[in-house]
Amino acid sequence: MSAPSVLSRADVAAPVAAQPDTQDFDAERARRRQRRQLLVLFLRVALAVVVIGTWEAGTRIGCYGNDTGTCVIDKFFFGQPSGIWDQVVTWVQKGTAQGPLWEQIVVTLEETILGFAIGVVLGMVFGVALGRNRLLSDVAGPYIKALNAMPRVVLGSIFTIMLGLEMPSKVALAVVLVFFVVFFNAFQGVREVDRDLIANARVLGATPGQLQRHVILPSALSWILASLHTSFGFALVGAIVGEYLGARKGVGLMIATAQGTFNANGVFAAMLILAVLAIVAEAFITRLENALIRWRPNAITDISI
Amino acid sequence: MASRGAGITRPWSPVPTYKPAIELRGVTKRFVSPAGKSFTALRDLNFAVGAGEFCAIVGPTGCGKSTTLSLISGLEPPSSGEVVVFGEPVRGVGKQVGYMFQRDAVFPWKNVLDNVAVGPGFRGASGADANARAREWIARVGLSGFERYYPHQLSGGMRKRVALAQTLINGPRILLMDEPFSALDVQTRVLMENELLQLWSTTGASVVFVTHDLEEAIALADRVIVITAGPGTVKSTYSVDLPRPRNVAEIRFQPRFVELYEEIWKDLRDEVMVSYERTKRAVAS
Repeated sequence: MSAPSVLSRADVAAPVAAQPDTQDFDAERARRRQRRQLLVLFLRVALAVVVIGTWEAGTRIGCYGNDTGTCVIDKFFFGQPSGIWDQVVTWVQKGTAQGPLWEQIVVTLEETILGFAIGVVLGMVFGVALGRNRLLSDVAGPYIKALNAMPRVVLGSIFTIMLGLEMPSKVALAVVLVFFVVFFNAFQGVREVDRDLIANARVLGATPGQLQRHVILPSALSWILASLHTSFGFALVGAIVGEYLGARKGVGLMIATAQGTFNANGVFAAMLILAVLAIVAEAFITRLENALIRWRPNAITDISI
Repeated sequence: MASRGAGITRPWSPVPTYKPAIELRGVTKRFVSPAGKSFTALRDLNFAVGAGEFCAIVGPTGCGKSTTLSLISGLEPPSSGEVVVFGEPVRGVGKQVGYMFQRDAVFPWKNVLDNVAVGPGFRGASGADANARAREWIARVGLSGFERYYPHQLSGGMRKRVALAQTLINGPRILLMDEPFSALDVQTRVLMENELLQLWSTTGASVVFVTHDLEEAIALADRVIVITAGPGTVKSTYSVDLPRPRNVAEIRFQPRFVELYEEIWKDLRDEVMVSYERTKRAVAS
């Protein structure tokens, strides 16, 4: 069945076998790389120990009696690492003022993910639509720029008034924050599609729908995916600020409560929890990105900052 | 093959003695730049390409060679005049046409198999059928075993093979090629040129091959059309009476090849100089 190959394969690359005299060289390089990785790891831990240790020490040095104001660092205002840890442990074991810790985290995550998903979908739809339609983008352009220039976090107050203390007001704020990031990337991604690729698809017989699915969306996808890292962070900010402004549950409310009782350690402990959430989400998005754009050379996997 | 037109320096007569596959009749193409200035790429262009003929178009940079191809493909309409393919005026992208671009136009997010199968898929073939035909073409261009590779994992020559299979799988009766091998190194290029000739000889398609390389044009084509410096129009036409099958690597040493080269180069040189002077002025101003 297979057609005879009339063509030579002289320019077809073949894997090069490792040569014996390069083995020592390779082994030496592997050793060096390993040593360097260990050094980096050691310095990272050392940096954390120095910063946290200095902070902790500062709250314990120079104190007279029970007056924390006389210490080098006043733990009443600036918190204390061991106190922050104690606060986390207390929350885990005994729950927070508004219920168990996991419940607050689940509520915040739910708002974040919902806002993120809605914002991403809306951003993509509008970004692709405006990117493909010059008239639409010319008409809507100034309004979108104006909306984007507004400090949108302020909308949180309006959403709290409009939508109440429950979940919708937080989701709305997250959506608004996420939307613009994704929108601009999708818009740009569609605009940047290689014209030769579009011409090629048209000559090969693509209908407008096929052109969209096989050329424009895949091309814009790498831009859109790049925006997801930033926009998940924005979704979290939207949920937290929304809760902070008024809520019945959530990590943002925990921060507001801690602030209200002058509990600096409580604010820091909530931040710690948020940081862990953000790092886990970031890892998840990176995996999603790599799965979706396997075709791209040097997908961004090694940028860790 | 050699009988087509005995006097090789005689400008080609616009009245063909055979039924043409492609005809351009008084075609002019103007573009409007973003600054609102209009610019004439082609002026009163007339030529025809016979069925199964391999026709090369040479001319200096910016003479509208690529524009000619987009007019024939239907990607762009002419500003005036008429483009006729198989007796029908061109309205939109034609189904009979295959187009190989100068830059890599394979889809980077599709692997080799999907890239080749995409044409039949667009034209309504079932997935299994498209894949079976794609495998056949991948074998024909010598890439069996690389079906799952993505374009960025392949060499430049291999990507051109993918593009060739992607274009030819649709069975185009008209093949438009816009300097398809200009980005390749010299050895790979000769290899690809030979393979193109072999594949073409089995399809019977009419080819319009745009290049700025006169050697490539003579080595491949039945006929060479010289286009003037922009706005482009036909300056002269030469029949290449070299026997087929040809070996592109060796044909350059034949006395007839050298003769043809000298003849055509005299024409082309003037246009290249005009174009060069213009570029110099444009840079200076």
